[in-house]
Amino acid sequence: MSSANPTLSSIRVGVVQFPGSNCDDDCVDVLNRHFGIVAPKIWHTERVIPKLDALVIPGGFSFGDYLRSGALAARSPVIEPIRSFAQKGGAILGICNGFQILTESNLLPGALLQNQGMKFVCKMTRIKSPNGNVLSVPIAHGEGRYWIQETELRTLEDHEMIAYQYCSDEGAIDYNNNPNGSVANIAGIYSKNKKILGMMPHPERATDQVMGGSDDGIQVLRDFLGKI
Amino acid sequence: MDFEVLVQLKGEVLDPEARAIKDTLLSHGISGVQAVEIAKRYVISLSGTDSESEEKIQKIADKYLANPVSQTYQINRLGQ
Repeated sequence: MSSANPTLSSIRVGVVQFPGSNCDDDCVDVLNRHFGIVAPKIWHTERVIPKLDALVIPGGFSFGDYLRSGALAARSPVIEPIRSFAQKGGAILGICNGFQILTESNLLPGALLQNQGMKFVCKMTRIKSPNGNVLSVPIAHGEGRYWIQETELRTLEDHEMIAYQYCSDEGAIDYNNNPNGSVANIAGIYSKNKKILGMMPHPERATDQVMGGSDDGIQVLRDFLGKI
Repeated sequence: MDFEVLVQLKGEVLDPEARAIKDTLLSHGISGVQAVEIAKRYVISLSGTDSESEEKIQKIADKYLANPVSQTYQINRLGQ
């Protein structure tokens, strides 16, 4: 386990909680254990959020995934202050259902659709980070197929908004290593200003070697916090 | 006033469920199945005047029931 980082521990992070969020405690715990950050939770009915540097929208099944995954959460009262926070350049990390909420809120482009294989997929994946590192981070989702129109995909590429892509152990980005049918093997994307990151893999579930054999999620979180 | 709203994926978006149904029908020897599309049907009853209701159902479909990024919708008035 890594010790708390004194530079990152001063970052003020809040974790947003919806009915049905189930990774909120994991996010709070990981931020504390690995970065020394004490992150308050923010309930979905809040219309004002505290002064923060970053927000984490955790995974889960907000509102039971009714209507569409993330759709009802994206229309919650807390989304308005989150939208203002984003407009002012605030950093937001959306993980799994959090990523779905960010696309449903139009804070990130594209949509997350039913996996091509129609099954809920829960397994360890390899993802390639923006700096070319291959990381082991697990996924657990039924609707993680990232879809975007082809013209908009080019915009993502041109603005280097593709953050993480599913890949082989060696880093090859190909169809065989695409767990859900996402276009261009996309596992996570940035907003244009790179302050918002949405990703289907769960970095908070890969933070201890004893739990699943990977702590590569720490690097994902460190990279996100390092951009603040 | 009662409305039905049909929401489905845009034509260019792969619907794996629809494709599986099509493949199953063909594999069961039902020839000539050229396409299968799936839509989700919402039935919504609204109070108020006709024009208010029509405006409201448009807003409901546009802002809530469909995600314009990946889906289209069709509104039909019921009971006419």
